[in-house]
Amino acid sequence: MSTAVAEVVEKKSEPLFSKKNKKLITNPLDIDNPITVQVLGVCSALAVTTQMKPALVMAIALTVVTASSNVIISMLRNTIPSRIRIIVQLAIVSLWVILVDQLLKAYSYDLWKQLSVYVGLIITNCIVMGRLEAFAMGNKPGPSLLDGIGNGLGYGMILLIVGFFRELFGGGSIFGFKVFEAVGVHYTGNGIMLLPAGACFIVGIVIWVQRTLNGHRETH
Amino acid sequence: MRQSNLYIILYAAAITIVCGGLLAFASQSLKPLQDANVELERKQNILMTVMPLKKGDDINALYAAKVKESVIDFQGNVKEGMKPTEVDIAKEYKKKPEERLLPLYEFRDEADPSKVNNVVLPVYGFGLWNDIWGFVALQSDFNTIQGVSFAHKGETPGLGARISSDEIQDRYKGKSLFDADALESVVMQKGEGNDYSNDPHKVDGMSGATLTAKGVNNMFVDYFTCYKNYLKKSSPNVSQNL
Repeated sequence: MSTAVAEVVEKKSEPLFSKKNKKLITNPLDIDNPITVQVLGVCSALAVTTQMKPALVMAIALTVVTASSNVIISMLRNTIPSRIRIIVQLAIVSLWVILVDQLLKAYSYDLWKQLSVYVGLIITNCIVMGRLEAFAMGNKPGPSLLDGIGNGLGYGMILLIVGFFRELFGGGSIFGFKVFEAVGVHYTGNGIMLLPAGACFIVGIVIWVQRTLNGHRETH
Repeated sequence: MRQSNLYIILYAAAITIVCGGLLAFASQSLKPLQDANVELERKQNILMTVMPLKKGDDINALYAAKVKESVIDFQGNVKEGMKPTEVDIAKEYKKKPEERLLPLYEFRDEADPSKVNNVVLPVYGFGLWNDIWGFVALQSDFNTIQGVSFAHKGETPGLGARISSDEIQDRYKGKSLFDADALESVVMQKGEGNDYSNDPHKVDGMSGATLTAKGVNNMFVDYFTCYKNYLKKSSPNVSQNL
């Protein structure tokens, strides 16, 4: 049990948007994507992507939770006793998740009804814990914020791609807009796209395409 | 120092207190807004079964003007002094039908308040995966369906979840529950795309969601068995015969 697992990015002070720090945002979009490369957060990627709207809200909620938890943990990182660090991380994540859930319930009730189950699941989303453990425990709040936002965006990007294909082929619409009807084609929704299996296919294809493009290989 | 037991215990306690305090504060300060949302949704669902609502309608005002709330028992007697908001339908659902308390929403005529134009009855049941519920609005003959609104906790999106769409709910309009005195209910059929417009007790099914449809059908039979006494008692035909 040590905190040495964290990837330490910076040694001396540097501007927030230095080249290295920009990578914290751009890497998770491609070569270090949380879903397709780190293979974290797949469970919710299957659950919320039948339509694009919940996928978008889930992406925003996860980005907020990851970024803010990263900042808090990073600020506390030198005080957290390493023996209870996981439970401390969990407490902070839960705090943010419940706050997001309560705010949605108060200000966006319709979305809350659709999403509350999945928002609750953010607590167990491996991306959040993964980033806290791998990054925020060893880095300053600024880069941690960027890392959280980057990973949230990387997750959200895949969610939207998967949601796009599932809603288009499963229900014939995009963000609820009936695409096929609008162009005058009769389309019968493909039921399997709406089941988790449909998401597995699409996530698989996305991983395939992405790894072909950037040449990522698993190292054993 | 950071590894000493005392430090760990104090640290854990401090985190707990701070997080707990923040959450309690958030929960308390957001509660009025959240309760208002829940209440607004309930009223909106009830109104929508009877009349079309536009964006920007003042739901609270409409509801107050039109709806008279009461709670009845299985025998159809009004429980004096009880409000529907005090009745948890999900809890009542678990009781035996004869013991349930049943909320009731009557749309009274504005000119003649003794006349009931529509009555809205909550229903509750179990779909394929989880609970389903809704409101059924009847016309003044206490038999013909004016409109329904369904909601669900976890039916399959795109399949069973369609019960909450207008497309499915519109199919119930104009159907009737009773044939003379017998409860025939309205039964959603298996298979989709058939025309049941001549049959007052059947509606077209949902392709791929036969089990959710079964849940809806059971819910109808279950709850209209409960409401039957009230409906028969209040129905205009009966009162004319008396």
